[in-house]
Amino acid sequence: MDAQQSIIVRSSDLAAPIPDPDRPAPGDLNQELLGTSLWTDDALARAQIPVFDVPLVTVGGGIGSFVLVDLLRIAGVPTNQIRTLTNLDVPWQTYEYLTRVSQIPRTERLRSDATGMPDNIWGFPSYALLEAAKEKTIAPLFNVLVEPIFTDYWTPRAGTAFAAIEREARRVGYFDTLAKGQVRMVRRRHGGGYYTILTPPPGATPTRRIAYRSRFVHIAVGYPGLRFLPDLQEYRQRYQDWTHVVNAYEPHEQVYEELKRRPCVVMVRGGGIVASRVLQRLMEDRWNHRAPTTIVHLFRTFISGTQDRGGPFWRRKGGDGWAYQGFNWPKGAWGGQLKESFEKLEGEDRANLYKKLGGTHTPKRKLWQQQMGRARAEGWYHTVHGTVEQVGRNEQRQVVSRVKLANGSMQDIVADFVIDATGLEGDLRDHRILADLLDHSGAGRNPMGRLDVERSFEIRGTRCEPGGRLYASGSMTLGGYYAGVDSFLGLQYAGLQIVDDLAAQGFCPRIGAQRSMSQWWRWVRNRPV
Amino acid sequence: MTPTLIGRIQTRLFLLLVIGLPWTILVTPLLPRHLGVGTLGGLYATTLTAWFLVGLLGCCIWEPLYHLGQQFRWEKDWPILFGLLTSIPEALVLWSALPAYDTSPASGWTFCFHFFSTWIVMWLFAIGPIKIFLIRYRFRGGRIL
Repeated sequence: MDAQQSIIVRSSDLAAPIPDPDRPAPGDLNQELLGTSLWTDDALARAQIPVFDVPLVTVGGGIGSFVLVDLLRIAGVPTNQIRTLTNLDVPWQTYEYLTRVSQIPRTERLRSDATGMPDNIWGFPSYALLEAAKEKTIAPLFNVLVEPIFTDYWTPRAGTAFAAIEREARRVGYFDTLAKGQVRMVRRRHGGGYYTILTPPPGATPTRRIAYRSRFVHIAVGYPGLRFLPDLQEYRQRYQDWTHVVNAYEPHEQVYEELKRRPCVVMVRGGGIVASRVLQRLMEDRWNHRAPTTIVHLFRTFISGTQDRGGPFWRRKGGDGWAYQGFNWPKGAWGGQLKESFEKLEGEDRANLYKKLGGTHTPKRKLWQQQMGRARAEGWYHTVHGTVEQVGRNEQRQVVSRVKLANGSMQDIVADFVIDATGLEGDLRDHRILADLLDHSGAGRNPMGRLDVERSFEIRGTRCEPGGRLYASGSMTLGGYYAGVDSFLGLQYAGLQIVDDLAAQGFCPRIGAQRSMSQWWRWVRNRPV
Repeated sequence: MTPTLIGRIQTRLFLLLVIGLPWTILVTPLLPRHLGVGTLGGLYATTLTAWFLVGLLGCCIWEPLYHLGQQFRWEKDWPILFGLLTSIPEALVLWSALPAYDTSPASGWTFCFHFFSTWIVMWLFAIGPIKIFLIRYRFRGGRIL
């Protein structure tokens, strides 16, 4: 699979794109810089790229950057010591885009624990407690008390999290740290620290590029890219058909609109939470908007009951094709015994634990169980267990999937639309900044092929003495010593590890009990840090 | 909650010391005095013994047992309801281990009020406010040190 097979849902597509300059301009990258891994101050001067000094730069400007800035501010770092390089206007922009197209509008609930609060490092009072107070009901508290034994996990509404991040961003002065533009690369600097090259919006600066010279750099650019299933990608290219075969992370509202107009068969591929969301939308449209849709749900791995994943201590619930799990890892991976296990393991052993706990899964939510049960009883929701060998088109211009069923026989499944909800993540190289780190800055891959980071979230092999440290947090670090990196709580953990590491180097005070208490009280009263 | 065994033990001792002890000292004078524990001094001896035994039995028997139970959970977590319900078996065992109480209902009420009020205050502190003071607590499996 090459990079062209990735769907790009990076921030560059969400905000106004800032293209690379197409003709020579003052203050641009030259061959000397492009070809050198370790940059000197003189080389930047020769290229006439203006240099700005700031101790710490965070690249991305999404929730990962926001959480780190929040923590640094709480630790006592002034805003003028931090620059957030981004082309996003607000930290939740990419996240809101992804959740919205995958059927979680602001009013719907995320798959996130009540205490996973990007706006509140303490996780107290939790989103459940806040919702209970705001809506004057004890229902969320009762839910949290009896979950997951007697009810589903309580999870916050997407809009709650976004509004909370906005409040906290204003409180800590996050927006004062923004420098708008597209980051092109981070390179090590001769003499310590790093250069981060930013392409500002056209006309914003006299030169095409500007450079930030900093001792610390933090990379939080989100998903390197999302991949499309190769057979579907091939179909789209062969038939130039981008409307009948879609990825759940692309805007695909037109599919649901079309389904309301005529009887269609939709094939849904995938057994994760995005598939659950898409099914919910399809089913509710059928009931509420009389969309006469038939759903064929294709599972590559079909789970028919509780899975044995390594003896009596390792049994995960499952059924009707799905594996069931509340969150994207077992809870103990964020802060309990599974987290400790991951921390201790290296190489192959760590990869094996990832494998044992991994796989595709979705929460067992009562609503979804009821909906699937009813749809099955009404006879228009069918599950199929098999692998797709080829995707083509028939004379009626319908999508035909040739499926090798679990029993070995072949079957052609005809559908009007195919929704790919498999959510394959792209390779590090799909992202230009990460590819550049691999090629020029000594970064490597962990046992899962992602960016190799230390327990402190420093990118292994990229240190630039004296004093330079390069950190990363987010999904690109999956496979390291911490599994829950792609979550609100995981970003907070990574942020805390980074801030502690920065404190150990004297950049900021370590957040101790007293600072924590006084800052929490400021958070409660919405006072500046 | 997502405790480790050492985290469970540390959390229990921490809560007993920071919440359980002051609470016991505060509420003991409010408890009815009668029978074997007729004087305030006698009552303190009994409630403080109970407090001590919750720590001792907890570290030696209960927490290792809960940890074993947790192994059968895929999530390797300990739902907060468990943290509340485990008070019942612990109360039963503790009740039979405390010689100062007799079998009268009055004794029972004294014991129950002290034991369960202390438990609930500790539990409430552990599921929320503890994180205000210990910002890294929730990532450390309940370890304090």
